[in-house]
Amino acid sequence: MHKIGRQTIRFPNPPSISNTASIVGPKEAEGPLKIYFDKVETDDTCGETSYEKAEECICYTAIQTLLQKEKLQATDIDYYLGGDLLNQIISTSFTAQKIAIPFFGLYNACATFSEGMQLAACLVSGQFAKNVIVSSSSHFSSAERQYRSPLESGIQRKMTAQWTVTGSGAVVISNQQKSPYITHITTGIVQDYGVKEADNMGTAMAPAAVETIIAHFNDTGFEPKDYDLIITGDLGTIGKEISMDLLSREGFNVSNIYTDCGVEIFSEEQDTHARGSGAGCSAVVFSGYIYKKLRNKELNRVLFVPTGALLSPTTTLQGDSIPCIAHAVTIENEPQLGRG
Amino acid sequence: MKTIKTPKDYQDYVKDKQPKQTTLKNCFNAFLWGGGICVLGQLIKDFYLNTFDVSDKIAGGMQSMTLIFIGAFLTTLGIYDNIGKYAGAGSAIPITGFANSVVAPAIEFKKEGYILGVGSKMFSLAGPVLVYGTITSVIIGLLYYFMK
Amino acid sequence: MADYFWVFVVGGIICVIGQIIQDTTKLLPAHILVLYVVTGAILTGIGIYPKIVEVGQSGATVPIMGFGYSLAKGAMEAVDKDGFIGAFTGGISATSAGVAAVVLFGYIAAILGNSKTKR
Repeated sequence: MHKIGRQTIRFPNPPSISNTASIVGPKEAEGPLKIYFDKVETDDTCGETSYEKAEECICYTAIQTLLQKEKLQATDIDYYLGGDLLNQIISTSFTAQKIAIPFFGLYNACATFSEGMQLAACLVSGQFAKNVIVSSSSHFSSAERQYRSPLESGIQRKMTAQWTVTGSGAVVISNQQKSPYITHITTGIVQDYGVKEADNMGTAMAPAAVETIIAHFNDTGFEPKDYDLIITGDLGTIGKEISMDLLSREGFNVSNIYTDCGVEIFSEEQDTHARGSGAGCSAVVFSGYIYKKLRNKELNRVLFVPTGALLSPTTTLQGDSIPCIAHAVTIENEPQLGRG
Repeated sequence: MKTIKTPKDYQDYVKDKQPKQTTLKNCFNAFLWGGGICVLGQLIKDFYLNTFDVSDKIAGGMQSMTLIFIGAFLTTLGIYDNIGKYAGAGSAIPITGFANSVVAPAIEFKKEGYILGVGSKMFSLAGPVLVYGTITSVIIGLLYYFMK
Repeated sequence: MADYFWVFVVGGIICVIGQIIQDTTKLLPAHILVLYVVTGAILTGIGIYPKIVEVGQSGATVPIMGFGYSLAKGAMEAVDKDGFIGAFTGGISATSAGVAAVVLFGYIAAILGNSKTKR
């Protein structure tokens, strides 16, 4: 059994992240990471008649771009794993119908991307598949109309609110001998520390990120210094500060190697309040920025920890607090950690 | 976690990690915009009173319709949400905000059709105001009737 | 011009109170609007709001509290005129211009307009 501890798997034959694709909307393309994305949809309606259809279009474009980059056909892909924020994950499901690949639809809110990467790694490492595509998407306008308020509404956003990223990120996990590799995965346990405000996601999700990172270090025996970068999914400015402080109180000093995808994707000048969030956030930041840094060896060992808030508009109205989850993936250029 | 064990521990811990409230700036903007929209409303009403030979009551009705038109117009142009970002309560509380709260969902849900989209969702934000306003006015009317 | 000063101040204060409630409590804008319309109606019923309207004029009638004022005033006047049934007809009739206008303009806006991307 390759399970170590309660939540972690070490892959004896680590699967490769062979290629990635990232498609973003106009606001993300004006942010600090703009040069790292493959394509920008300058019109975030993508010429479609609704934002839901636009999100599906972005998701589909990400998969098509990925297949082109890796010079593969859809028929070469064994499985497609993916999800998004919309009810019944329609963006991903409708894309899955178009690409006609055996499909596993997933939902872990903004942690869907790492949920997909973890399951894909198991499929490939367990020799049940050669090539698996994972994608995750979100769109500001479709998320806003489902979770919050109509776009033209004049309601003022709080300073704790985060901006849902418009974007889709996709990766191919394969059995090739091509760096970088997924060497370990630590699957999160749902945490609920009593936060009820739906416009304060960072505060709600931080404990989940911290618990998963601690579980990862405890299961593997690794330390922060073993990594070049530890990056959470979308805790935003507030959640990032809380996580860093909590980890330090728990005995893990990550201060000089830790950041968050939501914090990196938007600049302060873009006035998003607490920066970015969304299922597409960690997906595009990884598929664009982090992957390129891994490929050109500026980063060699990354702990990628997307986070998700598992609420619905109904649970908030019914007075429930927000349960959250975080899944960690260890990505190394040379599989060395933990291998005598 | 070792240091935070319960939700209560966490609530106490995160209290001072929240961003600084910009309450003072928000109040200042709300005051300016709210007062300004009311002044605009008064100008409109005075215009109607002076230009047409109407009673105060009718002028009031015409004022409401005009302000609702302005709110609807600015919402359709995509301007009212930008005002709301700065003005906060200053643009949500005047009757122009009421218009915005009806027009915004009407525009948004057009994609789901005119009957089941626009028709059913139009009052998704303003519904509570009409429900509670109506109930309160009936109760006050009844109390007034029985106390006369 | 003194009139306009009070219009500005009364309107501004009513909005500021709403802003403070929004920023310092967990109440959402929808809760605050309901609170305001009910408060405006009740203050009218007990005779306080009409006095605020005398001073603030549009500063008191344009905010959503003024909507509550119109509803309550309409109900009471209808009771004077028509008795018991006035309690039911008065409020809605008094505010009917606004409600009909908002439904019509909302519908026209839906035909002519589209949600725009936020930047």
